[in-house]
Formats: sequence, structure tokens, C-alpha cells
Amino acid sequence: MRNVSFVRSEMLAEQTPPLTSIGVIGWTRENLFNGWFNSILTIISLYIVYSFLSFLIPWVLTPTWKATSLNECREINTALTGHHSGACWGVITERWPQFIFGFYDRSILWRPILVFVLFLATIAPILFERVPRKLFLLGPVFPFLAVWLLWGGSIWSPIFSFLGLVLGYLVWRSLKERVNAVILLLSSIGVPIIWWMFLTEPASGLLAEMIPYEIQVLPSRDFGGLLLSLTIGLTAIFCSLPIGIFLALGRQSDLLIVKVLCVWFIEFIRGVPLITLLFVASTLLNIFMPPGTNFDIIMRVVIMVTLFSSAYMAEVVRGGLAGLDSGQYEAANALGFSYWKAQRLIIMPQALKISIPGIVSNFIGVLKDTTLVSVIGLFDPIGLTTVVLADMRWNGVYWELNVFVALCFFVFCFSMSRYSMYLERKLRKEN
Amino acid sequence: MKKSLFMGALLALGMAATTLSASTLEEVKARGILNCGTSTGVAGFSLPDANNVYQGFDVAVCRAVAAAVLGDPMAVEFVPTTGKTRFTALASGEVDVLSRTTTWTFSRDVDLKLDFHGVNYYDGQGFMVPKSLGVTSAKDLDGATVCIQVGTTTELNLADFFRVNGITYEPVPTEKSSESRSLYQAEACDVYTTDASGLASARSTFADPDAHMILPEIVSKEPLGPVTRHGDNQWGDIVRWTLNALISAEELGITKANVAEMAAAPTNNPEINRMMGTEGNLGEMLGLDADWAVRVIAAEGNYGEIFENHLGPNTQIGLERGLNAQWTDGGLLYSPPFR
Repeated sequence: MRNVSFVRSEMLAEQTPPLTSIGVIGWTRENLFNGWFNSILTIISLYIVYSFLSFLIPWVLTPTWKATSLNECREINTALTGHHSGACWGVITERWPQFIFGFYDRSILWRPILVFVLFLATIAPILFERVPRKLFLLGPVFPFLAVWLLWGGSIWSPIFSFLGLVLGYLVWRSLKERVNAVILLLSSIGVPIIWWMFLTEPASGLLAEMIPYEIQVLPSRDFGGLLLSLTIGLTAIFCSLPIGIFLALGRQSDLLIVKVLCVWFIEFIRGVPLITLLFVASTLLNIFMPPGTNFDIIMRVVIMVTLFSSAYMAEVVRGGLAGLDSGQYEAANALGFSYWKAQRLIIMPQALKISIPGIVSNFIGVLKDTTLVSVIGLFDPIGLTTVVLADMRWNGVYWELNVFVALCFFVFCFSMSRYSMYLERKLRKEN
Repeated sequence: MKKSLFMGALLALGMAATTLSASTLEEVKARGILNCGTSTGVAGFSLPDANNVYQGFDVAVCRAVAAAVLGDPMAVEFVPTTGKTRFTALASGEVDVLSRTTTWTFSRDVDLKLDFHGVNYYDGQGFMVPKSLGVTSAKDLDGATVCIQVGTTTELNLADFFRVNGITYEPVPTEKSSESRSLYQAEACDVYTTDASGLASARSTFADPDAHMILPEIVSKEPLGPVTRHGDNQWGDIVRWTLNALISAEELGITKANVAEMAAAPTNNPEINRMMGTEGNLGEMLGLDADWAVRVIAAEGNYGEIFENHLGPNTQIGLERGLNAQWTDGGLLYSPPFR
């Protein structure tokens, strides 16, 4: 006898999972209240988050954007809540142009803004593939245009400086097939330098007299705020990468002198704090140079920050080089590639790809390090907070200013970091 | 461009070596602008306002010098300096005159090779404590933590005072006075110490000024004044007598409002006439023109007016004249005669 009643002859219909394991409730149970220990941790965390937010949100959301002094803010906050512990945002309303542009002449703010837009246009084709390739043409022109727009002066001096670059290129083109690599390199670098040292000034001076076209000159002392930080930071970032690559290659070179020089440079710069270099730039250089010399202070700082950042960059790139399999070098040799060709086509693309996170964190570090210039009396955003605090109306507004400065920097640093993650993802896919 | 600027700087370096001997006065006149070392922001003394124009008591001295030498009180490039960089900036020639709440001391005058040209503000160091600390005299501060700005005379006076009285303290060093102040308000230290002028103004900005008290002891002499380099006496004379002109003008009753009138025709006070250039040739002796003092006073008024506008009881800083009154009013301001 077979008792068939125990055997199911048809499948049960699918049922929806119980309410406690799907949707919001399910997720919460799974992730937040999974066992008694996790439940306690969740409750404690929620309490901490709540007490933090219940303090922060009323502090941030105060109707003080139109206030003209700290005391007025205190009155507004007291009238609202009965105590005066709210943010005082009037200071930002009044001073934000100073925090962005420093002491730059207010009537010509379009110049730094235009430079920033041009800067974005210049780096766009480097950053994203879909941007029209023609924008690459902006690359060589941009530095000269930016310096002219920011500092002002006669239009002829950037034009003639740019011609030096063109000259170097022409020398390189015409000598490329005829002489060996060393002479080629020396002459295509040397000719523009001679041009810049001896011919640019008189030639541009002469033309400026014949066809005068000049825009208002701004002294470096007028630079301040985010404009100053970005001028120093971005120049240092874009100069330090190539210098760092060459230093890293030099450190691995078989040529003794090149190697020793590179090692010394890197180790010396890395052994010294940036703040020391800045003091050297601001005070020592002044003592060494004859009195009355006016070597632009921003230029001094830019050079120091660039040197500093290059040394670190060199070590990051060296890490990338060390991460490459020696088979890659051997393969390049086996194919009969020259040293530079191998570097350009095989070694560097791989080494740099490995080093992207390091390079970008170096970039971010440099941008943030520019706030150190406040110790030598330059008005970067941090230095400007002192200025605002010296104004009796705002004396005592610490948090609001620092929050504002932090937000400004966060925008730039965070976008750099997100871009590097995007780049890593993209390059991983391509392999 | 970067390279060409750098090369240009190297070239300029070579050329500047040949023009080393030019006097500061000639240099300033050729440049058309006065480089004045100032602070990165000290309430009432020097700070750029929201429109990027420098304001303050120390700033007014520089504007007066610029008015005397260049004829335009706005022809000043203010070079912000910190407590650490100020003397190098002056010594290296980056600034022509330093007007930055700088205390006149022996070692600065002699060892650092600076010239102090009189005193534009007599200050002294004091202490501020929360009333809840229950202290009524600075001598009760044994074992207190003190917020102190490094690289200033304040730091040294503090050490002296505590040593003389045989008591100990724990310093909390900071870079800027604003930092000291915020630390004090956050109760990271028991005592905030700086010049008495700074204490009063700091207290007035606190949320509850009544919870804090300024101790009666003034533990140091802090004569603040404009400074130049050793070795250029003509330039030093110009700075010194510009300051004296401001002080004398108050004593003689020359104000911003009536200076044009007084300079228009000789008055019956010969000293006013000598100052205004309607009699004698004082301006010529200084290497300037006859109207120099007129422009000095027209810039921001006499000493009393400058004090009133930047530090006086009607400003938020609200300082009384005290030691800084004219000698005729029982203060210490005493300008040598214009003769």
C-alpha cells in the first residue's frame, strides 16, 4: 500500500517573503538590528548622531545673513532662541569677495574669473576623452595668457615670452634629424632661455612703445584669498608632475652625476619642512639679495612650493616605476626601443597608472599646504581670518570663518579625489 | 613667462647691486610709493577693511609719511608682516618703514640695528582672567595656564614678571593674538595676556564681557612706535618729525579742518608758521618742500584726531587717552619744538 498523502504532487506557489525580511524593515533588521550587540551599537550611534545634529542644525540655520556685526547676530539669535549660541553668517556676506579674490581690484574681477574658466577649458581635454581635441591648442598658450591676465601689463611681454616657446619648438624641429640627442636637447632648451634672458624685455619694450596696449597692472601683494591659494597650488601642481617624473627617472639613471644630483635634491627637500622653505623664500632670500631687489613674493613662494612638491612627486613616481615588472623593460629593449621611446610608450603609461592615487593625494596635499603661506604674512584664506577678526565688529567670529574656508578647500580637494577614482576605474576597464 | 620672470629677477639682482647707495628718500620718490610694514591684522592699529583699504592707528603714521614725502596719503603699499618676519622685512629693504605695534627695546634698537623714531602709543602689558577664577591680583596666578603669543615682548615680560614674583605658570603658546583669544574663550587657558589696549578691546567683543576682569597690574612698559633701518639718518629724520608734527599739531590746535586756513597766511604763532612753512625753511632742511607738514596733518588729522577715529572712546575699542595724552594734560606725549 502506498500512502500517497505524504508526497506532494505539485509545487507550492511562490510566496512573498515575510514582511520582516524585505524592504525598509528587512534592511534595517539585516543591517542595524542583527543580534543584541549590534542593536545596542545602533541605538548608541543613533543617539550620538542625534545629539550632534540637534546641536549643529540650529547652529547653522540662523537668519543672520544680513547682520552687520557680531553683536547684531547675538541680538538676532537671542531674540530667536533665548541664547546667543548661533552662527553669525553676516561676516560671510560682507567678506566673501575678500576670501575669494583677496585685495584684487574689484572693478576687474572678470580677469581672474576668465583665467579660471580658461584653466578649466585647458585641462578639460586632459581630464576627459569626450571633450573636443582642439582644446589641446590652449595648453601652450594658457600659462602666458593667465600670467598676463592676472598681473596685467603690456600685451607684448607675454607674446614675446610665448615666442620663446615657439622658437624652441622650431629649433627642435629643424635640428631633429641632423644632430645627436644631447645637442638637440641643449639647443632646443638653450635658445629659448637666451631669448627670454636677453631679447624678450627689449623687444617687447620696443613694441610696447610703438603699439602700446596695456591692461591695469596689479602688484602681487593684492593677491589673496582663494585666488592666492589656487595660483600657488595649481602652478605648483602642474609644474611638479613633470619635474617629479624627471627626478624619478634621474634617480634610477645609470649616469652617476645625474643620479647623485637627483638623490641629493630629493633627500634634501624631503628632509626639510615646507615652512622652513617658505621662511627662506620670504626672509633669507631678501637678505642674500642686494637691498632694493624686488623679487616677486608670489614667484618666490611658487618656486619653493613647486620644488617641495616635486621631490615628493618623484618618490611617488619612483614607487610606480618599482612596481613594474622587469620584463617590461626587457621587452622594450628587445624591441629595439630607445630609452626615451621606451619610457614614453611602455614604462611611463604603466608606472603613472599605478601611481595615480599617490599622485592625486600629493596634489591635494600641495593645495592644502598653500595655507602655510599665512605664516609669512601672505593673505591666503587662513591669513584673512586674522584680518576679519581684527575688525572690531567681527571680533569673536571664529567658527563661521573657518567653516567657510574649509568648504572652499573641500570643493577643490574633493573633486580632485573623485576624479582620481573615476580615472582609476576607467583605466582598469581598458586593461 | 615664469622663466622669463625668474631670469628677469636674476638680472634685476645684478643691476640692483649697482644702485645700492641710493638713499631711502630718493628710492621712495623714484618708486612713487611708500612700502610700509604693517601687521596681518591688529584691531584699531592696522587692518584692511571690507573694501581692501587699510585702516588704523599705525596705518595713519604711514599715510602721514607718504603725504609728507610723496604728497599723497594713499601712495602706500602695505606689506603685512608677522611678529617673526617684521624685522627681516625691514632689514632687507622690503619695507621702508615699519609701523606695526613694535615695542622700543634696547636690544632691538642696538643689536638688531633699528632706529625707533619716538612713540606713537604708550602701552603696558596686563592680564585678563575669568571672574570665576576668583583671582584679584596677578600675584595670585601661581600655577596658572597662560595663553601667550610667541615672538613678542609680551612673552618675555611674562617670564620676567613670574620670575620676579617667584611663582610659576604654564604657557600655552600661539602664533596670533586672535588664536590666543579664541583659546582663552574656549577655556584652554586661565589667563589671557597682551598689551592693555588689546585686553580692553578683546573683552568688549566677548559674548559676556562682565564675566571677565582685567587685573590691576600693568607689568611692563611698551612704548610702540615707527621703526626704520640704521644708517639712513635723513629718512629717519623724516619719519621722526612726521610723528612729531602730528603730536605738535594737536598741542598747537592745528586740525584737519583748519590746517588749510592756518597754512594760507602766517598766523601770530611763530611755531605754527614754521611748521606750516609760512616762515623759515624747516621743510628744506628735511629735504622736502615747505608744505610737508600741512599735508601730514591734512591726511588724517593731528594725533588727537587719529586717536579719536581709531582707538578713542567713540570707537568700539573705546580706549581712554591715559598715558597718551599731551604732556599739558598729564600724559607723556611731548614733541620737541619745531625750531
